[in-house]
Formats: sequence, C-alpha cells, structure tokens
Amino acid sequence: MAISDLARDNIHVPAEVTALMAEYAHVINGGRYEEWPPLFTDPCLYRITTRENEDRGLPLSIILCDSQGMLLDRVVSIRTANVFIPHSYRHMVSCIQLMESATDEWRVRSNYLVIRTMPDGSLCVFSTGEYRDHVVMETGEPKFRERVVICDHSMINNLIALPL
Amino acid sequence: MDQHASLFDWPEEGVRRTPYLIYSDTDVYEAEMARIFRGRTWHYLALEVEIPNPGDYRLMDVGDTSVIVVRTPDGGINAMVNRCAHKGSMLLYQPFGNVGDLMCIYHNWLYDFDGNLQNVPFGKGINGKGGLPDDFQACDHGLQRLRVEILHGIIFGTFSDEVEPLRDYMGPEMLANTERVAGKEFKVLGYYSQYLDSNWKLYIENATDPYHATILHAWATKLKLNRLTMEGAIEMGRGGWHHLSWSKMATDHGGEVYETAQFRSGSEEMGQFGLHDPSVIEQWDEFGDGITTAIQTGFPNFMLQQIHNTIAVRVLIPRGIEGSELMWTVLGYADDEDWKTRGRLKQGNLIGPSGYISMEDGMVGNLVQRGTQGDKDKASVMELAGDSIETIRNSRASECGVRGFYTGYRELMGV
Repeated sequence: MAISDLARDNIHVPAEVTALMAEYAHVINGGRYEEWPPLFTDPCLYRITTRENEDRGLPLSIILCDSQGMLLDRVVSIRTANVFIPHSYRHMVSCIQLMESATDEWRVRSNYLVIRTMPDGSLCVFSTGEYRDHVVMETGEPKFRERVVICDHSMINNLIALPL
Repeated sequence: MDQHASLFDWPEEGVRRTPYLIYSDTDVYEAEMARIFRGRTWHYLALEVEIPNPGDYRLMDVGDTSVIVVRTPDGGINAMVNRCAHKGSMLLYQPFGNVGDLMCIYHNWLYDFDGNLQNVPFGKGINGKGGLPDDFQACDHGLQRLRVEILHGIIFGTFSDEVEPLRDYMGPEMLANTERVAGKEFKVLGYYSQYLDSNWKLYIENATDPYHATILHAWATKLKLNRLTMEGAIEMGRGGWHHLSWSKMATDHGGEVYETAQFRSGSEEMGQFGLHDPSVIEQWDEFGDGITTAIQTGFPNFMLQQIHNTIAVRVLIPRGIEGSELMWTVLGYADDEDWKTRGRLKQGNLIGPSGYISMEDGMVGNLVQRGTQGDKDKASVMELAGDSIETIRNSRASECGVRGFYTGYRELMGV
C-alpha cells in the first residue's frame, strides 16, 4: 500500500477504536483489572508473544486466553492465587494504523511502551512492541475480538503478572 | 586458581545448611566458573532439531563462556568456544543462524566447523613485508573445542577431559526419565527467557525443591494439580547431584489437608478460588504412566520438564553474581496431532514468565538474594528428611534434592 493511501485511511481510524485502546490502557494502568475482560468479545483472543517467535513462525504464547472465562481467570489468579511484588504499568500507545476495515470491524496495529513502577519507587522500561488488534462493534460497543501483543524482546524482566 | 584451596569453610552441619555468602561473593562466583562450569560437569547446549542442516548453529552459554553448537557437513555436531584465537572477539553474535564457515568479523580470520584456522588475511604480508612470522603454526591457533555427546536429540558438552561419559554422569534414574520425555523427536513450539535478579543457585534450589511447589504455587494446589499427598517420589541420581521429582494427580489421598492448612492454600482468600474456564488444564496422559508432573534436574543447571502436557527444557545461565537468565525452550513432538499442539499451547499458560504455577519462581529468588545480603556469615536451614540425599518414595516432604545439589557443589568447589 502506498504511503498516501495509508495516510488517507489513517485519517479514518475510527473514534470507536481509539476510545477502546485508550480505555484498555487506563484500565490496566489504573489497576482496574476486573474491567479488563469486558473489553473483549466472547470468544476472543488475547495473547502475548515475542517478536522472535513471531518471526520464526513459532506458535508459543506467554499468555493465551480465548474466552471471557480465561481472561477472568487471569484476573482472579493475580488477585488471589499468584504472588508477586505489587507493581503498576504505564502504557504509551502510538502510531495507530488502520490495516483493514469492514462494516463495524477494523484491524489496526500500534506501538506500545510499558513502564513498570515498583513499590520502592524504582521503574524500568518493562516492555515495548506492537499491538495487533481486531476491533468489532458488539451491541453498540467497540470490543477487542483479538489483541495480540508482540514484545520486541524475548527476555522478560522477571515475570509478567499484569496484562500488557 | 588452586583447585584445592578452600575459599571458605562450609557450616559443620553439612548440606543441611547453605552459607549465605555463596549468593553474593564474587570470589565464589569466579571459582564456580572454573570448578563447576569449566570443570567436571556436562552442560546442555542445544537440541538436534534446532540445527537440522549443515551450517545451522545456535549459541549457548556455558557459565560465562559463549559456545557455538554447529551441524557439520557430514551431519555431526561440533561445539567450540565462540572466540577468535586472534583477539578474543566473538565470532557469531546472533543466537541462531546458518553459516558456511566461521569467520571473525574483526580481521576475517577463518575457521572450519572443526575449529581449524583456515586463513589469516595478509598472513604473508604485502610485497614480502609484514605478515605472520615463519614459525606461526595455524594448527596452534584453532578454536577451543568441547567434548560433545547427544542423548535422545539433546546435545550436551563439557570442557572437561576427566568427566565420565554423559550416560554414566547422568546415571540410570535420570536416563530413564530422559528417555521417557525425549524418546521421540521434539518439535520446538517457541522460546522466551526470564532475567532474574538473583544468584543462579537460588533458581536451582527452587527447581530441586518440590517442598515449595505445592505451597508457593497455591494456584495448582487449589486445583489439585500437584500436592505432596499424591503418589510421587523424589529420585536422586549420581549420589545426589541430579534429581527427579514426579507425581500423579489422580492419586491424591490427602483429602482437605491443604484447605485446612495453616498456610496460604488454607487461607480465606484462597477458599473460593476456582476456574471459570477449565480448558486451560484439559490434559491427557502424556506417557501412559499417569505421571502428571515430572521435573528433572541435571547438575549444575539443566532442567527437563513435564508439567501435564507442557514439555520444556530450561537452562539457567549465571549472569554475574547477583543475576541469572532462565532460558526456556518449549516443546511438543514432531508427530503431534493439531489438537495436541493446541492443548500444549493453551497449557502454556501454566509455565514461563506468566505461568500460573511458575511466575512466583522468578521472584522468590530475589527475596532470598535481598534477605541474605546483610549477613554473609549466616546460613539457610534445610532439614526436611534430615540430611538424606537418598531417593524418597510415597512422600516428597524432603529437601534431599537441594542437599543433593550442594553435595555435588561442595565436591567440585572443594568447600
């Protein structure tokens, strides 16, 4: 696709898509994890993988959820069952690009950067990479049919407890 | 370094104690590199399926040393230190690839896959001037080779001329489980690694310690995936150096012992825990023996894992005294039907950096690292099952795996 075509299309990244992406970032950054599953359809696909696996055609995920129930289980697990030093994320999302669109559904990709802050006040660049999203309208609300998180890095700083 | 000079005195209680100083002392670290990683030990290098074609290579670190593992034109496997004999530059710097020969980027010294020096640019000088002296012997400047042995497609290497052959080193107990898990051709499903802010031994202690597994990882305990009250055993190999912990989830006879316990799985907040979508733990009897978890360790830093239908090789690379990198190679089998691959990928939620039953392992090592920092003269206490480093059956309430690791550690370190 020529850059001029992309530019024209990008004028039309619909507000529904950008609103959903912004809400996602604020839900996670704000620690409102219970509000994370309803941002997806059911069934859905949420997975985190690495650029190395993606480039080599390897199917492994770090997290793989394909239903509302699985998303909810992640939330319940990090609230009750799993143990980790509490921390927070700050998402920066940029370069949202419309790849495909049809009636009430869009495929977009974007860059993300996540800064992780620990309770002792230290922070680090925790993750950066690409979101590949499939957004659909469902009963008047935009939802993620798919959100695939492709980390540029294969090495994870300790653990990923909270969704990226 | 003098192989016999004792760096420090081990506590008189023996391997029931681990002195805190070994997690943060740089002299200890240097000795470990020499006496353990470059000493009488076998090290995981790669899988044969990762490098199927001539010239395919992968890099692996043995301690602090980068090693090239390469498929030769005749189908063999060679391993050599990833370091040019000229200036010491690394020859290869991409973790995987395919090459026709080994050429150093710096001055283009060229080696074949046997590590022989083939060409030195301007070795004969220019116009008869300069160049290498007449007494320079290319055969004296090859790459340092490792001994290599392959077991069920798993490639191991060693710097030692003295260590016994790999099969003898592993011993019958570990060989049996290796054949069980690696007896048919693997298929790589993917990779990731975790950087851990803790000394390498703290993760090895974790991997050789089934005591923590059902307590720290309450997720799996509550779902009755792994409990000490199941039929299981800790089998020890080579006098304690290696360990294998296994359990059969269908055989739990403990009733509500974990629900009524004075530890976290018995807590009120864990009381209601259950899955909304149990498809994540849908599984099949992988090897027809009912064993649902089997963690095998090979001294010093190799792990072969079956957790339900997740199969993985883990290797823990020291990254300086207070850091380490846990490298995962997650596997299926070449003959897997699609439904099995899908099942393994979904169960992948249990393992790795976000694993429901592994994410805690990344952080407890750091808690120990920080907790032990201030008092290097003190020691940890490991007395479950006394000072045994023997196989224990029908109970895994033993810390024999950790004590076994330190039995090997003390022998090699001379402490």
